[in-house]
Amino acid sequence: MSIRVENIRKQFGNFVALDNVSLDFPTGELTALLGPSGCGKTTLLRIIAGLETADSGRVLLEGEDASSTSVRERQVGFVFQHYALFKHMTVFDNVAFGLRMKPRSVRPSEASIAEKVHRLLDLVQLDWLADRFPSQLSGGQRQRIALARALAVEPRVLLLDEPFGALDAKVRKELRRWLRRLHDELHVTSIFVTHDQEEALEVADQVVLMNHGHVEQVGAPEEVYRHPSTPFGYSFLGAVNLFHGRVEEGGVRVGDDSLPHDHDDLVHGSEVLAFARPHELEIVTDGSRSDGVAATVSRILSFGVTARVELDGANGASGRHFEVELTRDRLLELDLREGQAVRLAPSRLKVFPKPEERPAQRRGR
Amino acid sequence: MAGATTLHAGADRAVRFESRAATREPGWVKWTFIAVSLAFFTLFLLLPLVAVFHEALRKGWDTYLAALVHPDALSAIQLTLTAAAIAVPLNLVFGVAAAWAIAKFDFPGKHVLITLIDLPFSVSPVVAGLVYVLVFGAQGWFGEWFLDHDIRIIFAVPGIVLATIFVTFPFVARELIPLMQAQGRDEEEAAIVLGASGWQTFWHVTLPNIKWGLLYGVVLCNARAMGEFGAVSVVSGHIRGETNTMPLHVEILYNEYQFAAAFAVASLLALLALVTLVIKTWIEHRSAQDDLPPEETGPGVAAT
Repeated sequence: MSIRVENIRKQFGNFVALDNVSLDFPTGELTALLGPSGCGKTTLLRIIAGLETADSGRVLLEGEDASSTSVRERQVGFVFQHYALFKHMTVFDNVAFGLRMKPRSVRPSEASIAEKVHRLLDLVQLDWLADRFPSQLSGGQRQRIALARALAVEPRVLLLDEPFGALDAKVRKELRRWLRRLHDELHVTSIFVTHDQEEALEVADQVVLMNHGHVEQVGAPEEVYRHPSTPFGYSFLGAVNLFHGRVEEGGVRVGDDSLPHDHDDLVHGSEVLAFARPHELEIVTDGSRSDGVAATVSRILSFGVTARVELDGANGASGRHFEVELTRDRLLELDLREGQAVRLAPSRLKVFPKPEERPAQRRGR
Repeated sequence: MAGATTLHAGADRAVRFESRAATREPGWVKWTFIAVSLAFFTLFLLLPLVAVFHEALRKGWDTYLAALVHPDALSAIQLTLTAAAIAVPLNLVFGVAAAWAIAKFDFPGKHVLITLIDLPFSVSPVVAGLVYVLVFGAQGWFGEWFLDHDIRIIFAVPGIVLATIFVTFPFVARELIPLMQAQGRDEEEAAIVLGASGWQTFWHVTLPNIKWGLLYGVVLCNARAMGEFGAVSVVSGHIRGETNTMPLHVEILYNEYQFAAAFAVASLLALLALVTLVIKTWIEHRSAQDDLPPEETGPGVAAT
């Protein structure tokens, strides 16, 4: 089923959680609502579910205005961040709950409920836990039961609120692969909320990047990651190096140094933010060259195939920290020492005009 | 339940405090504290309790039983049971409703309501009784109307029930509010998304979650309803065989120097207190068991 939200606005006291948000969620796709905490993503999800009402705007489920239908009638499956399993019921009873609550006229027989519950527990691979209580399960198991419970009522849409937020890193990784496979099997229109960009990029068909109650960008994971359309998108998705500078002839002036760029739409003399991913920066040890910005090596981390070098900016970029990712071979070739003065030359530079009201947030690793 | 978990955690904590060098106290400190506590407990709690039963049985079983089966005593017992039987269920319903309203809804005046719930605890019961006399008594605001319709409230059973409801109101609500607030709305929301109606959600999700707290509140409410003296004393009028509850009956007997009889009836109240404590401890034990994480209970215990 397709979901469409139009001009949704929601305010809590003075805090604007959602400011005129309009989005389309295509049928059968898995969409991630991605953003930092407080960006309004969970509020949007709860409005779609009907757990919260928007101050203005509409939610269209399959083209029909759902604003006046109650949560019960929307036929959504909702998975809560903290599972919200019924503590006093067994796993079986938890999953059967939605079916047993149906009006007598449409309620399936106990036998068919049992059959369905076991089929769902099979689907989440936890049939052997049917007689346990939620307190006897691990976090990952609880979340899968919560999902089975949500699927029992055959929802037209599946909404997941930070489904893996309360789990440890390893289980989280396992579960998100599992969720992707499950979605490929069921093809129910799904939206999940996350603040973990890796999770969003890895699992979703479509990523909606949100910030401060606004939608920053919508697109396929690849596209959102490769071509962020805003400074926020750039700094939120993946590690990034940020340069503050001013546009000059032939480059972006950063302190005493100048960085070349290939944008031709920049206003001469305007303040800009320039971004480069860690692998898009090259360390130049040749003292005779003058391109790039000056920096000193502060730490060298080489564990795996790729190595990371952390640097402190010098000259105009002093006080800033940079991160460069390079292969081990290249690292050996450069023969860096900690404290060595080098230059950083970007192979690719993305330049944005400096936003007026909201400074871009930098996210370190 | 708050009380239960603190008590159990207290035992674990004691072990931990004693096993750590940093928090271990010298022997004399430990034994002084234990001795003072035990002495105080014996003098002020245990001794009176023993005295009640001792006095009650001093003149032998025959006198004891005679005091209990005396028509006035039987009537007092009956009235006490009646008042409790009306007050407790009503306070159960009102308490759940108030706790539900406070924990689940935001509304103007919520803080006033939370504060007012404690009023019966903070005001002297005598004042409560006087207020009812003022409102419902013959010279009171509605006195004439009641007289015209031949309804007697003050110096009659309805007044006693009203006073009992007033003084016992906070028990259920007080027990449930923190419990329901701590549990949040997640499970209820989950139930509603799954298609459950409001009533189904309450019956299948909310109630099972609060059942131990509710029972705890009811037990305490009942104990107080049967033991209430002050407020009931004001509205009762002390009509023997008609408006005397057990505590009032004890007082009358005592004032008439019938000590053995007074203590015999008092021993029933003391017995009620002991039973209440046993039930309360059992509830605390059960709810603590329900709350324990799985590795401590094991499947057999938690599967209750």
